[in-house]
This record gives sequence, C-alpha cells and structure tokens, in this order.
Amino acid sequence: MSKPDTIKKEPLIHITKRDAISWQKSMLIRAIAIVCALLFTAVIITILAKQNPFKVYASMFSGAFGTPRRIWNLLNGTCILLGIALAVTPAFRMKFWNCGAEGQTLIGALAAAACMYLFGDKMPLPLFFVVMTLICIVVGAIWGLIPAIFKAFFNTNETLFTLMMNYIAMQLISFFMLIWGKDGSGTLPNMPEFRFPKIAGNEFLLAIIAVLIVCGLMYVYLRYSKQGYEISVVGESENTAKYIGINVKKVIIRTMIISGALCGFVGLLLVANGSCTVNTAIVDGRGFTAIMVSWLAKFNPLYMILTAFLIIFLQCGAAQISTDLRLDKSIGDITTGIILLFIIGCEFFIHYKVHFRKKTKEEHDA
Amino acid sequence: MFKKILSLLLVVVMCVSCAALVACGDGKDEFKIGFICLHNDKSTYDKNFIDAALAAQEAMGLTDEQVIIKTNIGEDDSCYQAAADLVDQGCDIIFANSFGHESFIIQAAREFPDVEFCHATGTQAHVVNLPNFHNAFADIYEGRYLAGIVAGMKLNQMIEAGEFTAEEAKIGYVGAFTYAEVISGYTSFYLGAKSVCPSVTMDVRFTGYWFDITEEKNAAEALIDGGCKLISQHADSMGAPSACEAAGIPNVSYNGSTQATCPNTYLISSRIDWTPYFKYIIDCAMNDKKIDTDWCGGINEGSVALTALNESAAAPGTQAALDAAIAQFKAGTLKVFDTENFTINNGTKLDSTWKPGTGTDGAFVEGTVIVKDGIFCESEYRSAPYFDCWIDGITLLNKDFGD
Repeated sequence: MSKPDTIKKEPLIHITKRDAISWQKSMLIRAIAIVCALLFTAVIITILAKQNPFKVYASMFSGAFGTPRRIWNLLNGTCILLGIALAVTPAFRMKFWNCGAEGQTLIGALAAAACMYLFGDKMPLPLFFVVMTLICIVVGAIWGLIPAIFKAFFNTNETLFTLMMNYIAMQLISFFMLIWGKDGSGTLPNMPEFRFPKIAGNEFLLAIIAVLIVCGLMYVYLRYSKQGYEISVVGESENTAKYIGINVKKVIIRTMIISGALCGFVGLLLVANGSCTVNTAIVDGRGFTAIMVSWLAKFNPLYMILTAFLIIFLQCGAAQISTDLRLDKSIGDITTGIILLFIIGCEFFIHYKVHFRKKTKEEHDA
Repeated sequence: MFKKILSLLLVVVMCVSCAALVACGDGKDEFKIGFICLHNDKSTYDKNFIDAALAAQEAMGLTDEQVIIKTNIGEDDSCYQAAADLVDQGCDIIFANSFGHESFIIQAAREFPDVEFCHATGTQAHVVNLPNFHNAFADIYEGRYLAGIVAGMKLNQMIEAGEFTAEEAKIGYVGAFTYAEVISGYTSFYLGAKSVCPSVTMDVRFTGYWFDITEEKNAAEALIDGGCKLISQHADSMGAPSACEAAGIPNVSYNGSTQATCPNTYLISSRIDWTPYFKYIIDCAMNDKKIDTDWCGGINEGSVALTALNESAAAPGTQAALDAAIAQFKAGTLKVFDTENFTINNGTKLDSTWKPGTGTDGAFVEGTVIVKDGIFCESEYRSAPYFDCWIDGITLLNKDFGD
C-alpha cells in the first residue's frame, strides 16, 4: 500500500486483444506454430529416443500416405471421426456437453452386429441393409434421447449422465458378446456376408461418401435452418430463447436425438462397412477425440473435415513411428500431443497481441 | 473461414509432398515377416510374443527391416487392414497373436493366397481348409502343472510352519472367461499343486475381461479375503500380482516373471516361449516348406518354459522337484490329465462320455477320441486347448462373471 507510485513500472509482457487480423498474418502464425512444433518434437525425439528426427517424420508421412491402402485407411478414418464430430456438434453449439458420443456410437455398432447375428439371413440383403440402418439410427437416437429428457425435465448434469451411458453401452456389448460368442471366449467372430457392398471396388468409399453428405447437410442445417438457429440461441442464452418463444426443452431433446442418431449411424458404418463384428474397443475413444475435432474447428462442419484429417494423420503417423523405429507407442503420442498443443496454442496469438516492454532503461534515464 | 481452410490445406500439401518422397522403395526380393499384436509390451501377454519375435529375429539373423512388429491392433477391421498393409510391405509370412484376430486373419488369408498366415490360440485352421492359414499353441498345461508343483510345495511349507492347517490350504485363481483355454490352465495348475499337497482346494473367480488391471486386482483381493493362501491367474495384467504383493500372499504368475515388481511374493511363472515356433515358421517360409495346420510345442521343443524360480520366496527343494517332473514330462511318463488323478461330479471318473468343445463354435466334433488309455487327449485334435470340464476340488465362484 505504501508503495510509491512515482516509478511507473510497465510489466515486461502485456497482452491485448486483437481487433482483426489479416488472413495472411493468421496463416503465418499457424505456419510458424507448425514449424515450431516440428522443431520442438525433433529436439524431444533426439533427446528422449535418440533417433534421427527426419527418420521419425519420414515414418509419420509414410504411415499416412505410404501406399494407396494407407491413404484409403486415412480417408476412411478421417470420415469416421468426422462423422462422430458432426454428431456432437449440434449439442455442443447448444452448450449441451454431450460426452456420450462414445456410447452412442458403441450402441449403434452393437445394434448393427445384433441385426447381423439375429436376422441377417432371414431376409433379402438389400432389405436387411435398410432395416439394419434404421435400427442403428433409432437405437443411437434413443441413447442420446435418454440424457436429453433428464436434462430437459430434471436439469440433470448432462456431462456425467452421458459419460455413464458410455459404460452401460460398453457393458451391454460385453454381455451380448458372452451370450453370442458360443465358445465362451467373449469374442464374436466377424460376419462378412452381411457387409455393405463395395462401391467401385473400394471398401471405404461408401462410408466416405455417406459422411461427406452428412457433413454438407449438417452445415446447411446449422447455418441456414430455423432449427439450427434455435440451437444457436439456446446455446447463447436459455433465457433469451425462452423470451423469444423457443421451447428449450424441445430443442434440447430434438438436438440430442440428432446427435445420437448420427452416432448410431457411424456405429453402423464401423460395423457394416468395416469390422462386421463388435467389441468394447471398436470405437476406441473416438467419441472423445471427436469433441476435440469439433472444438478445434469451432463447431463448423466444414473446418471439421480438416481437423479430423489432421488428427487421423497424426495417429496414423504415430502408429507407423512405433512400428518402424520399434519405439514405444508413447513417442508417437508425444509427437502428436506436441503438434496439437502448438496448433491449439497458436490460436492465442491469433486472438491476442503480445507486447514486450520496450526501452525501459532509456525511459528511466530520462 | 477461407484463410483457415487454406492454412490447414497447406499442412495437407506438405504432408502429401513429403509422403511422395518416402513412399518409394520396397525390396520385394527380401524375406519379411510381420507380427500383429493386440497390445504393446505393457501387457504381459503381448510382451511375451514381442520378446519371442525379437529372439527369433536374432537367432535367424534377420534385420530390423525384415521383422515388422505392429502393436495395438484391435480385434476388428483394423486387424485385416494391418495384415493387408504387411502384405503391401512385402511380408512373406504374417503372424497374429490374439484370439479375436482370427476371423480377420482368415479374411486376409483368403485374399492373399501367396502369403502364409499364422495365428496363435485360434481354433479354426483345422476346419477352414485354407492351405496358407495355420494355428499354433503350446502344451502350456504342462507348464501350468509345473507351476502348480511350486505352489503346492509353498503351501506345504506354510502348513508345516503352522500358518494354517492342511484343510485350509486353498488356492485362489483369477481367470478371464469360462473358456477352455482358461479351464485347461487352472485345472492343470490345480492338479500340479495337488500332486504335492493332496488336501489342496481351489476357488476361481472370473473377471470377464482378458486384460483389466482393476478387475483382476479386485478379483485377487476378493479371493484373498475369502481365505485363499496363494493366488495364480490367467489374465494379462499386473492386477493380481500387485494385489498379492500388497497383501503378502504368494503368487504364481503367467507369461513372464513379475519378480521385479513383486519381489517378496512372486514364486514362478509358466509361459509359452514362442521363439521355437517363430523360428520354425520363418524356416518354413524361407525354404518353401509346408507349415503345420495346427502346431503345438511342448517342453521338448522349448515352447513350454518356466521363468526363474524366486528362491527367496519358494519352499526349499522346489527346484529339485521341478527338475524331476520336467524329466518325467520329457520322458513321457507324466501325464497332466491322467483320469486316475481327478474326478468330476463328486467322484465320477472322466471318460469318453464327456464331449468337450473341439469345434470352432464350442460344440463337440463327433468322432473325436477324448480319453485314450485313461488319459484325456489335450491339444491333439487341434492346437488350442479344449479341456473344459469342472473337476472336483475346484469351486467356480462366479461362472456368470458377476459378484
């Protein structure tokens, strides 16, 4: 309190919010961030793993693009993750923290496998595909609807509720695999006879096209439809929404049905356009990674194509690093983590300007 | 928005251009083997395979480029994709280590008839009739029996020391599923213990997971609370061994030594050493020899191994007893599933009326000879174990994996 305020001490660093930034400049910041990330990981790899960092980067790119098959896997992986990210987006825009995409996708996958196991051979294949698709979407929607109802009518915490629904979905899969896996091993063999047909001889194209269509629809829905607008208003302020006559309960429930249905659809793609079986690890945490994809893209469906691609690229790369260099998987994960951290971190420099104290000495002398 | 797309696009372009540089050059004239593992070396199960792959690489004089090890490959389409990727990289032979990989490896085997596919613990090779698909296992029940002897002697030592009476000598066993491989494993372990400690009984708890640290730890703790004096497990994590170390209860491990983390309670571990099999398939693939459809190595082949006995925790004289039993196994005079040594259903002797699941879907295949000269014929009809009956002296606490 007794500090004399005669010496005006300017802090070493101070930060101001940028009003606007030219796109060239923001791109430059991002480019610098990526270069910094690569340099930083190079140092880490050299010190920790005693490996040539260029070899590590070469592995990373070869893991993602090394062969046509790897490129297709990369694109398919991107679309699956994109699909789940699209599913969580409407809820997130509404500030409904849906952490249950994992479970909603799992339950969709379980529904697909159940259809295959229970009545795959009971009807013509085209009809079966339609029935299976509808069932998966409905089951996913129900899994999203349950927490939405509790949120809308009892104001339960949706984060905890949806997280717990994940465990229920997982246990249901364990349960049915025990019943259906006749040999008692807890695994269900695959049923490739009920797989979706290949398009132009390509096993992934169907899923890729389907998700890209959903992506376009979601963009239009959120941006140009009345319902999309309602979601944004509820997200901004529930009171405003009530004031202008939006039925908030209805919007919450409707939006979570869409979220869940879409997750169920992705679960269907995972099974019917891929594994043709189900296990508790089939979604493999992508329900959570999708949240990052959605958030990194600022909930914009079109940007999500790129953020999902980036994350899958990093994952493919990380796996290849551990295979090629016989390193623990952690080194790939560390690389991925650092690159993501820099990319997310650079947003700060796009939104804020950092000022350093200048020529303080001269000021004091004067 | 445009700028963001452009900036991310920049990343993509960078990636693609670099990839173009990397993607060239795959020497197809060279022999290559690929391994597909469910987890990485943090799982004792997978570590056992990875160590063997590296040992086989060393023994066969292969380079790192010739031995490709893919870890963390799930039991889903990613397994098929991993196998196909290994084919793309020029692998002549591909090995997968997890039971759930099997149907995806078969899918790859159908698509790539020129590549040999081998799968551990699987059950389908003898029925799918694919010349390039093979199953492998080991007579691990002999290893379990030996580990059981170590357990029995430890119990005897504790009885003699007056820690509990002979009637209280009870072993606890943490199993994954009520699956034949697990049942065969704990039964042979129990029979080994019973051969030196006749009064021993056993409680089995199932977790319903092949790998779950918490569930396995909880199951071990529940068994210890239930009066078990010694614990063993057929589950892949450190859950049960760590619970034993914390409680000071002797533990017989599986798939590798846990002595480093459990120095006071670890006794011994039986494991399948996959090195002989890997050397065998590499030799076959390199020299165009036919690989057995079902391969099952024993003590003589070096496939069944014991890790170092923890002399400070085990009872005195254990090593001598082990050596004697190993010699008997090698000479063929000791049979684990000798029907003279155990009964089912409160005193009935096992005979050919028992129909174990020798088929792929857990059903009995008619015509299979199950009991020959008073011995249950384990792993003869196929490499994976199929002894799946519940014998007297063993109590299954939770057959439905509940509490």
